[in-house]
Amino acid sequence: MKSLSTRRRHPLAAFVVLLLALAFAGTLFAALVSPAASADSGESAAQQIADGKGLYISSCSSCHGQAAEGTNLGPSLIGVGGASVDFQVSTGRMPAKQLGPQIQAKPGQADQNLFTQAQIDEMSAYIQSLGGGPGIPDAGAYSTNDNLVSLGGVLFRQNCTQCHNFAGEGGALTDGKFAPALTGTTPRAIYEAMLTGPQNMPVFNDAALSPKDKQAIISYIVADRGEPNYGGAGLGRLGPVSEGLFIWTIGLIALLLITVWIAAHTTKASAERAAKAAAQKAGK
Amino acid sequence: MSTGDMNHEEEHGAVAVDEHGHGAVVPAGDPFADPGLPAHRPRITDIDEKAARKAERQVALLFVLSAAATIGFMVAYTQIPRTAVANFFPIGAVSASNLALGLLLGVAMFALGAGAIYWARTLMTDVEFPQERHLLDSDPADKADAAAEFTQGVDDSGIKRRPLIKRTLIGALAVLPLPALWILRDLGPLPGDSLRHTAWTGGELIINDNTVSLDGTKGSGIRPEEITVGSLFMGRPAAALAAGEDFNNVMAKAAILLVRLDPADIASAQERDWSYEGIVAFSKICTHVGCAVDLYEQQTHHMLCPCHQSTFDLSDGGKVIFGPAARSLPQLPITVNADGFLVAKSDFTQPVGPSFWERG
Repeated sequence: MKSLSTRRRHPLAAFVVLLLALAFAGTLFAALVSPAASADSGESAAQQIADGKGLYISSCSSCHGQAAEGTNLGPSLIGVGGASVDFQVSTGRMPAKQLGPQIQAKPGQADQNLFTQAQIDEMSAYIQSLGGGPGIPDAGAYSTNDNLVSLGGVLFRQNCTQCHNFAGEGGALTDGKFAPALTGTTPRAIYEAMLTGPQNMPVFNDAALSPKDKQAIISYIVADRGEPNYGGAGLGRLGPVSEGLFIWTIGLIALLLITVWIAAHTTKASAERAAKAAAQKAGK
Repeated sequence: MSTGDMNHEEEHGAVAVDEHGHGAVVPAGDPFADPGLPAHRPRITDIDEKAARKAERQVALLFVLSAAATIGFMVAYTQIPRTAVANFFPIGAVSASNLALGLLLGVAMFALGAGAIYWARTLMTDVEFPQERHLLDSDPADKADAAAEFTQGVDDSGIKRRPLIKRTLIGALAVLPLPALWILRDLGPLPGDSLRHTAWTGGELIINDNTVSLDGTKGSGIRPEEITVGSLFMGRPAAALAAGEDFNNVMAKAAILLVRLDPADIASAQERDWSYEGIVAFSKICTHVGCAVDLYEQQTHHMLCPCHQSTFDLSDGGKVIFGPAARSLPQLPITVNADGFLVAKSDFTQPVGPSFWERG
C-alpha cells in the first residue's frame, strides 16, 4: 500500500479516481435499468398496453403526437395496427434517425438493443388498442412452405418484381426513394410489409393477396436466397447493365494494364552485355 | 553514279550504315530529312544461345498448357454434372460446370496468346526494316490484254448478234428480286384500327390478376370494398381468361392496375368522373415505348416506368410529370355491375401504349 499512498498526489490521480467512479456508476445503472428487467412475458394485456404507452410517450410522441394523432413531422398512428409498429421498429426504420426521401432501415438493429422484442410488442399492443388495424401475424402465417414456392414465384413476378427486382435485389424509385433489397429481410417483416404497406409501398391486403398467397411469396423469396449463381458473379442480378459496365470498365482497364506491362518490359540486352557479346564474337 | 543519284544523296544527308543496313542520320541542313532507323540493339536471346533455348522451352510449355486446358475443357464438359455447385471465393455458390468450363477455356486461350507474344518478343526476329509503299497499278500491257480478252468473250458469246437472248436475260434478272417483296406481303395485313381498341367494353368484368388460376382460365372479380386506401390491384378483362392463344395480344393492350385515392386528392374532374368511389383504373402500358409501368408509390400517387423513368401522376389524370413519355397514362372508366363487382364503363377513350404512325 506504500506505493499507492506515495502516488496519491500524482497529477493523474484525480483522473484515475474519476474514471473508476464513472465506470462504477455506469455498471450500477446498467444492472438496475437493464432492458430485460421490464421484459416479463407474463404481464397482463392491460399492463402491456400501459407499458407500451409509456414507451410511446418517451420515444415516439415527439413526431407522432401525444395521442398518436400525428404532427407535421410524422403521420397519425391511429388505425395503422400493431403489425406496422412491429415492422417499423424491429427493422430499425423507427425511431427515425433522420428525415429524408425515405426512412431507412438500420442494419443490425437487433444487436443495438434499442428496443427488445417485448418492448416492441408493448408498443404494438398500445397502437393496436388505439384504432385497430392489422395486428402482428402468427408465426404460422409467415412460415415457409416448399410446396408453395412455384405459386410464390408467379405471384412475386406479378406483384413485386417491378420494384424489388426479379431476384429481390431492390431498385430505384423517384426522388431518392428506393425499394429495398429483400435478401436479408425476415419472413415476418416481409409479411408485415405486404400487410401494412410501409412508406411508399402499396398495401397488399388479404383481398389482393390471400394469406396463402403471402406465404407463397415468402416461401419463394426465402427459397431464392439459397439459389447458386449459375452464371458466375451475380453483380446485383441487374442483367446486362451491370455486366456490361463491369466488362467495359474493369475488363477493359485490365486489358490495357496488361498491354502496358508487356510494352514496359523490354527483352533487349543491356549495353554492357551486348558489348561483351560483340567482343566475344570478334574474338572468335 | 548518275546525277539523279547524287541529288538523292544530298536530300537525305549522309547516312552511316551499320552491318544490318541500319543507319544513324547526320542531318545536313534539311529539317525534314528522314532520320532513318535507330541503331539496332540485340536482345538477350539474340546473343545468348542458352537464354534462347530457355525461351523456346517456355513458349512450348505455354502451348502445351493451352492444349492441356482444351482437353480439360472437353473432360469437364462431359464429366461434371450440370447441377453440381461449387463455392468459389469471392463469388460464392456457382455452377461447378460453368466455373470449370470458363476457367479452362480462359487458360487455353490465355496460354496460347501469352505463348505467341512471348515467342514474338524473344525469338522471332526483331530487326527493324522499312517496307516501301508502291503504286497498286497493273502495267499498261496487262490492262490492254485483259480488255482484249473481255471484248473477245463478248464477241464469242454472240450476245450482240442475238438481241432476243440479251432482252430475256435482262428481263429474268429484273424479276428476280420480286419474290422478296412477295413474301414481305405476309407481314400484313395492316393493323387497321386494332391499335385503337382493347378487350375492354362496357360491362366487362375486371378480374383480379392474383386470383387467376395457373392455367389462366379462371379468376374472380374485385369488389370495391376490397380495394382499401393505399392498396394496389392488378387487373385484366374477363375476355383474357378465354383468349387462349391470343392471350398475349389481349394483355399487351388491356393490362390495368387499380388503386383507391381519397376523392378529395383527385385533381382532374374527368378522372373523378371515371373513378368509382375514389377507385381509379389506369393502363399499365407506358405511353413512351410500351414498357410495363407499374412502380406505384402509394403516398405520392406517382407511377414510375422502370425503363426510362417516365413518371405519371395518378391523382391528376395520369399526367406525365417526369421523363420522356409524351402522353398521359390512359384511364379506364369504371363502375360496378348488379352483382357488386367492378366493371369497365367503356373501352379506353384513347389508344393505349406508345405512339404509332397512323395515330397522327
